[in-house]
Amino acid sequence: MMILQVKGVSKRFGGLQALSNVTVDVPPGQILGLIGPNGAGKTTLFNVINGVYKPEEGEVIFKGKNVVGKKPYRLAHMGLSRTHQIVRPLKDLTVRENVMVGACFGSQNLSLGKAARIADEVLEFVRLRERANQLAGSLNVGQKKRLEMARSLAARPNLLLLDEVLAGLNPTEIAQMVEIVKEIRTRNTTIIMIEHVMHAVMKVSDQMLVLDFGKPIAYGTPSEIANNPKVIEAYLGDSSLADQFNAELAAKSAATAE
Amino acid sequence: MTTQGTDAKPQNELLNTLLDNFKIWTKKLSHPGLWITIVGVFILGYLPIADQSPEAAFANATARESTFTILMSIVLVSSLNILLGYTGYVSFGHIVFYGLGGYVGLYTIIEHQWPLWKAMAAGGAAAGVLALVLGSAILRLRGAYFALATIGINEAMRAFVSNYDPFGGAVGLSIHFRVYRETYGSYQDAFLVMYKAMLGLAIAAVVLSYLVKSSKFGLGLMAIREDEDASDIMGVIPYRSKIIAYMLSAILPGMVGVVFFFKASTIEPAAAFKLHTSIEWLVMIMLGGFGTIMGPVLGAYGYQNLRTILLTSEFFKNIQLAVAGLMLLGIILFIPAGLIGWLRRHISFTRRVLT
Repeated sequence: MMILQVKGVSKRFGGLQALSNVTVDVPPGQILGLIGPNGAGKTTLFNVINGVYKPEEGEVIFKGKNVVGKKPYRLAHMGLSRTHQIVRPLKDLTVRENVMVGACFGSQNLSLGKAARIADEVLEFVRLRERANQLAGSLNVGQKKRLEMARSLAARPNLLLLDEVLAGLNPTEIAQMVEIVKEIRTRNTTIIMIEHVMHAVMKVSDQMLVLDFGKPIAYGTPSEIANNPKVIEAYLGDSSLADQFNAELAAKSAATAE
Repeated sequence: MTTQGTDAKPQNELLNTLLDNFKIWTKKLSHPGLWITIVGVFILGYLPIADQSPEAAFANATARESTFTILMSIVLVSSLNILLGYTGYVSFGHIVFYGLGGYVGLYTIIEHQWPLWKAMAAGGAAAGVLALVLGSAILRLRGAYFALATIGINEAMRAFVSNYDPFGGAVGLSIHFRVYRETYGSYQDAFLVMYKAMLGLAIAAVVLSYLVKSSKFGLGLMAIREDEDASDIMGVIPYRSKIIAYMLSAILPGMVGVVFFFKASTIEPAAAFKLHTSIEWLVMIMLGGFGTIMGPVLGAYGYQNLRTILLTSEFFKNIQLAVAGLMLLGIILFIPAGLIGWLRRHISFTRRVLT
């Protein structure tokens, strides 16, 4: 059974067709990379999946239930977590308390005591343990991104929506974060990730979906996507970059093979 | 999942949660900040009534009056803090619960000869029910819209009560002095009962605000304060949590209204629904530190003492509220976290003692 099925979802904002007829199936344990140029509707799709927006048409089936019209907190209780593209730390709470909110109110509905233990575990995992007692507002961008991650992980989700967790991070931080994402996958959590850092998202995704102006234009494995001229044109705006990109990818896979 | 499964699970969870919470409570209840506050409030309240001889009652009359006012402010402000400090919703019209509580309490005392404690329960319940009904409607609003709606409600309630005959309309209700004599022996004895009731309420308010703050529910409220949408996405149910917080912040003010107007022996719409007192409540909360336990207590103590000085000074007696307004401005500009918040932020060891 699919953990998430998006069926023919359309969403309009006034005259803007943000999503038109998007359909995608996500089997459990998979990482789906969601890419597309800015304004393609990626974050809108996340907002439709987790109940922030109600689509005009279509269905979102999460764990076998149609969740269109359900409030975000209901979806959180059902085992859906997400991070935000623009980080939203609870500034005047400590880092630990931030993560405890995720643990307390997520799918597990934990008590404070248990949530504190989970929070420390998760903070260890994202390498923020030594900041646990600091106010969340005092973290730097990279740390705030990891805090977002920790908060959503503490909820023990079945499906995790990651919205540009790599944006604004330096190369070392990106490498760290990619390791974290891979590690999460081994825990059998399904992930959909929106990402602009191509080499990273190509490396971790099982399947990829490409949106452009709210329409799905390609779906397939990372190498299929990388070779799809439609995608390259939409994304890079220049098909000559395709060869360069493929060469880079080939070099990388050769390096990993060694 | 079968229906049976879903039915059995919450019970098990409830038991586990209770057990787990028990461990947390024993740990939390040993927080020095809680006990410092409780003992502080108790000493403050007990000193003027320590000696109960008639001579002492005469000598301490002023101290008793002013302490009564401070204790009353502690209850009102600590209660409002649950909504304002924890949840981040500014209510300008919180006085409505105090006014309604006072009316309901006095009505039961006059019409049904209820004893004070029963009237207090009625006043608190009425305030709680009003908060539930109002909250369901206006807690869908956010920020300034909510704050404006609360003002509207206070004014509407005043207009309603002014025209509601069972509550005496514009004239209000008065208690015959016979009531104090018959039930308590004398007004002096009745006053002692009211004073102790207020002291009890003040300690209850401190304990309540501490319990809420250190609970999972309180964590949810603070998440709402920091970012309501993000908290919703994390699984906090904002609407329901806000209504409960609103009710919790209304019940004790409702009871205070009963005690205060029982002491005054009379209640009328203008005295019960005084909108400008809400500003003083805000000053007290902001002065001590919103969202803390000690802050509202210290703020109430500090502000009421200052107010006494201002009211008795030749120059300030007529512009006492203007001073309150300026103070609020100054606090928000220079120490928005308030005294306790500032100390906790800047002197790290105070975090273990202050709460």
